[in-house]
Amino acid sequence: MGGEFLFFIETTISGLMAGVMYALVALGFVLIFKASGIFNFAQGVLALFAGLTLVGLMEKFGLPPWAAIIATVGVMIVLAWLIERLVLQYLVNQDPIILFMSTIGLAYVLEGLGDIMWGSDVKVLEIGIPQGAVDWLLDDYGLYIEKLEIVAAVTGAIMVTGLAVFFNKTRIGRALRAVADDHQAALSVGISLRTIWVIVWSVSGIVALVAGVMWGSKSGVQFSLSLIALKALPVLILGGFTSIPGAIVGGLIIGVGEKWAEIYIGSLVGGAIENWFAYVLALGFLLFRPQGLFGERIIERV
Amino acid sequence: MLYREAGQFRTSYEDDQQVFPIRQDRWAVALFLAVAVLAVPLVINDYWANAVLLPFLVYAMAALGLNILVGYCGQISLGTGGFMAVGAFASFKLTTAFPEMNLIIVLLLSGCVTAGVGVLFGLPSLRIKGFYLAVATLAAQFFLVWLFNKVGWFYNYNATGQITVPPREVFGFLVTGPEAKPHVAYLFTLGFVVAFALIAKNVVRGRIGRMWMAIRDMDIAAELIGVRPLHAKLSAFAFSSFYIGVAGGLIFTVYLGAVEVTEAFGINLSFLVLFMVIIGGLGSILGSFLGAAFLVLMPILLKNVMVDWMGMAAVTAKHVEITLMGVLIIFFLIVEPHGFARLWQILKEKLRLWPFPY
Repeated sequence: MGGEFLFFIETTISGLMAGVMYALVALGFVLIFKASGIFNFAQGVLALFAGLTLVGLMEKFGLPPWAAIIATVGVMIVLAWLIERLVLQYLVNQDPIILFMSTIGLAYVLEGLGDIMWGSDVKVLEIGIPQGAVDWLLDDYGLYIEKLEIVAAVTGAIMVTGLAVFFNKTRIGRALRAVADDHQAALSVGISLRTIWVIVWSVSGIVALVAGVMWGSKSGVQFSLSLIALKALPVLILGGFTSIPGAIVGGLIIGVGEKWAEIYIGSLVGGAIENWFAYVLALGFLLFRPQGLFGERIIERV
Repeated sequence: MLYREAGQFRTSYEDDQQVFPIRQDRWAVALFLAVAVLAVPLVINDYWANAVLLPFLVYAMAALGLNILVGYCGQISLGTGGFMAVGAFASFKLTTAFPEMNLIIVLLLSGCVTAGVGVLFGLPSLRIKGFYLAVATLAAQFFLVWLFNKVGWFYNYNATGQITVPPREVFGFLVTGPEAKPHVAYLFTLGFVVAFALIAKNVVRGRIGRMWMAIRDMDIAAELIGVRPLHAKLSAFAFSSFYIGVAGGLIFTVYLGAVEVTEAFGINLSFLVLFMVIIGGLGSILGSFLGAAFLVLMPILLKNVMVDWMGMAAVTAKHVEITLMGVLIIFFLIVEPHGFARLWQILKEKLRLWPFPY
């Protein structure tokens, strides 16, 4: 194999892995948007908050990783309940933009709280995820692939399968789909909207925790973690706001496209195009399919 | 008792079409303007100008622009920071390329440049709606900031990548640069903001404004009754970007004097201006001012209270401030989703009956 081709494969694989990471964040968005029509800008900060809490519990209270993770899941569920109780309950039936802005307010609160509680310095997250390159690939084929990225990909796959089973096979999952379909019809058959919202926010809190752990292990738990939400947005419009497979496929397309662009186009125009290329890519797709690749067809009536 | 239109008869079309149809409103506005123009410059000092008044005025200008787009035409945009950067860099290029050009003309031209860029990035709005559009406008935000960072021509190839405003005079008064007197800079900015607020007020109640509002309320219905979405949406993007561009130019020339694009015009600025518009009131000129005032004053107030009175460490205070801002924003959204403008309207209704409500 030529070095050029090898490099291409390496780029593609690392793009796919990055795509899985984006997809993890985008998943949280999709869950909440499906169930409540809220465009949850706080998803990135949720990931940061979860990461901070996890590190904080491990450092300050000396909990072993598994206990800290369970405790953090608990914290995320309590948080979801609080969000529903203190914020969303009062904003039912408001314009989408008001709900959107309230989640930005929420992002500020969580960011500030996380910093106050656990401090704002960069933290190292070490919960036993293997680091470094995969040895046999490096030795036999000269491919450099991070172990962490493989773990992330596998975790992502497990999460998606788990969510699919949860949505399709359980009672709560059915209720969630009913709510996503039609709020009023769901209410009329006795599904409690508020319980559903708490569940959805908890689930996306847990998804955020997974995303936070993965990104945190990769580059440390710090403020910039909350900015991955901005990376997940193009994924979201590409895949469609309401589609879980869309989030995955969109994530992969954006991840690979971004890496290719950075290497093959970026060098021509001065580099650092990662920040906006994803958006332009997504925009290009949108011009042909305004609802995203897998989004529900938007039917409008006067 | 005091605030009531009883006995004020309108006998001509001109009377009927005034911006402020009630006499008390006219007095109040005139008084307010008189204080702003005559009294404030006498007492203004550097701190007040740079910490409170100048940011308030330029943000009000930006909020006005964004309110035209979001509040009147219903197109959500998160690209405000990028468009303000266009205004800032356009004014920098113009004033360094043509040093003898009047600063007012420079700012107006940079507004026009921004309007052009805005129309370009507004084109997707014809096809994409709602949050899809909001995310799409983020493309403008990131692309423009990247562009101004990477291409040396925009900052005249200086080593730091920072742009600094040269000293410029308007009608013999020094307006920009560190030597400029605070009251001159203040009056210059005030002139711009008042003039353009008046223009905006008149545009939104005219034919174009109604076109925008029809599109906002339901674009398909508007299309059916003969509003052309292409014209309506793109003109809203052009108008809004013009205002935002002038605001960007003002931020750079008068308020900050020197900017570094990623720091000054990042995504946070876009959110800040959007907050001003929403907390102030969507679709309200007054709301833009109230929102800007609130979001400029609130952090200063919080900081003063916490650092100076309660003796908190500056770092902790910063975190508490962010948290409190978030809490306040959520609080106001819950209490009055239609913003301060709506509160003011309710207050006016109450005032008409006060002090005998029954």
